[in-house]
Amino acid sequence: MKRNTKILVLAVVIIAIIAVAAAALSGYGQPTQVLKISTTTSLDDTGLLTVLEAAFEKKYPNIDVQFIAAGTGQALEYGKKGDVDEVMVHSKKQEEQFIADGYGTQRYPFAYNYFYIVGPADDPAKINGTTNATQAFNKIMTAGTADPNTVKFVSRGDNSGTNTREITIWNSTGVNYNNSVRGQPWYIESGKGMGDTLVIADQKSAYTLSDSGTYLAYKDKIKLVPFLTQGKDLLNVYSLIPINSTKFPNVNTAAATKWTDFVLSTEGQTIIGEYGKDKYGQQLFVPIAGKPEPTS
Amino acid sequence: MNEIVNGFFQAINLIVTLNPEVMEITLRTLEISLSSTFLGTLIAVPLGGLIYFRNFKGKRSVMNLIQTLYSLPTVLVGLLVFLLLSYQGPLGGLNLLFTPGGMIIGQTILILPIIIGFTITALKGVKGEIKDLSMSLGASEFQTIYTIMREAKYALLGAVILGFGRAISEVGVALMIGGNIRGFTRVITTTMSLETSKGNIELSIALGIILLTIALIINLLLNQIQEK
Repeated sequence: MKRNTKILVLAVVIIAIIAVAAAALSGYGQPTQVLKISTTTSLDDTGLLTVLEAAFEKKYPNIDVQFIAAGTGQALEYGKKGDVDEVMVHSKKQEEQFIADGYGTQRYPFAYNYFYIVGPADDPAKINGTTNATQAFNKIMTAGTADPNTVKFVSRGDNSGTNTREITIWNSTGVNYNNSVRGQPWYIESGKGMGDTLVIADQKSAYTLSDSGTYLAYKDKIKLVPFLTQGKDLLNVYSLIPINSTKFPNVNTAAATKWTDFVLSTEGQTIIGEYGKDKYGQQLFVPIAGKPEPTS
Repeated sequence: MNEIVNGFFQAINLIVTLNPEVMEITLRTLEISLSSTFLGTLIAVPLGGLIYFRNFKGKRSVMNLIQTLYSLPTVLVGLLVFLLLSYQGPLGGLNLLFTPGGMIIGQTILILPIIIGFTITALKGVKGEIKDLSMSLGASEFQTIYTIMREAKYALLGAVILGFGRAISEVGVALMIGGNIRGFTRVITTTMSLETSKGNIELSIALGIILLTIALIINLLLNQIQEK
């Protein structure tokens, strides 16, 4: 009997410790209003969001903007679970599906740039001079199949926006991606972020598809050169999507609306258009708020 | 090779100049990992004691399970705690996802098996006579446990250090539950992984050296206590 009492006391003590800890922790670190935005690594890595955040928080000091950077697939997944208030991503098809499924309210394109097709300077697949991404990928595939030791392609393989675009381009060459590209000896899936993927491609003297921001940030550390930097099939549009508060009542809609308005405002769009000129010597993003979405 | 040397000098530079961002990240790292170690110790040492002193059916299986969980993948803990704390998960109402509090819960769970297991090992190291002597002198079970724990205190400290080492060096839980939010949940390991992917290799190496330096200082301090 006495033993059982002691066990009971011990159990109560442990539960009390956990309860107190949980109570203390739940209040820990939620000082002001928080706006959680999940976004893509490629956007976050450029440093643009830090600058936008600083300007926004100057205007709204009681809102703490917090970015969670992941691939577009995962960033949308956070939104589907109601764990963030807004998403900032770059994969139109997935975004439209996200809204159609009722997770997001509306898609607000706010900037664009182009994906780059980069590769070793000696260009073993001879893609220099091709006029679109489909053509270039076709050449890489043909040359890679013929000589997988010299011609290689490194893919993110992580369901990110960049990865999704890459697969779209492979399919546009007329072959089935899963049968003719994935698993081929010349095709390597890194399963990593853009930066790591560029380093792997560099070490293997391989081609890859990169967003322009990450490539420019890495340019001095790797030997890969850009071959295609424009065109309809390389167009890369970034959008904001507030999470649907009917579905998730916990979402901070008021703050999300303020952020959306700020990014689309003249002030936000100027920051976006100017960003990178001093650091990379060129504009990284073209602002597009209030204009029709570019098609080429 | 050059990057390692440069990283080393950059680490010294960042420490000497008290770089505000590095200081902030380092302090947060310590705060979170020490909290989880404290919480983990509070739960695991009594639990380990209980398992050691009690004889019950399936004790062997419990020991096997604990030892298996030494290899608990950090990403798995990250994923499970993520699902628990997610808005639609069972503990979603606590609003702990993407907060330091959530990271502490994850790291605590991660290090529990190690501290429990090594507590048991530490207690096994205490001579059996002490237990018998204490009991025969009329000590209650709790008094006996206390006496033996005191005998094993240095080995127990070792268990706690091991737990701390796992907490401060892990990246899976910190990334999945913390979300690596700048100025809020960003710790040394997640910063290293981010800076590496951004190409700032030297900064990553510098941060790695800072983490190891913290571990060294903490070990020196604890050794000091052990020698006294």
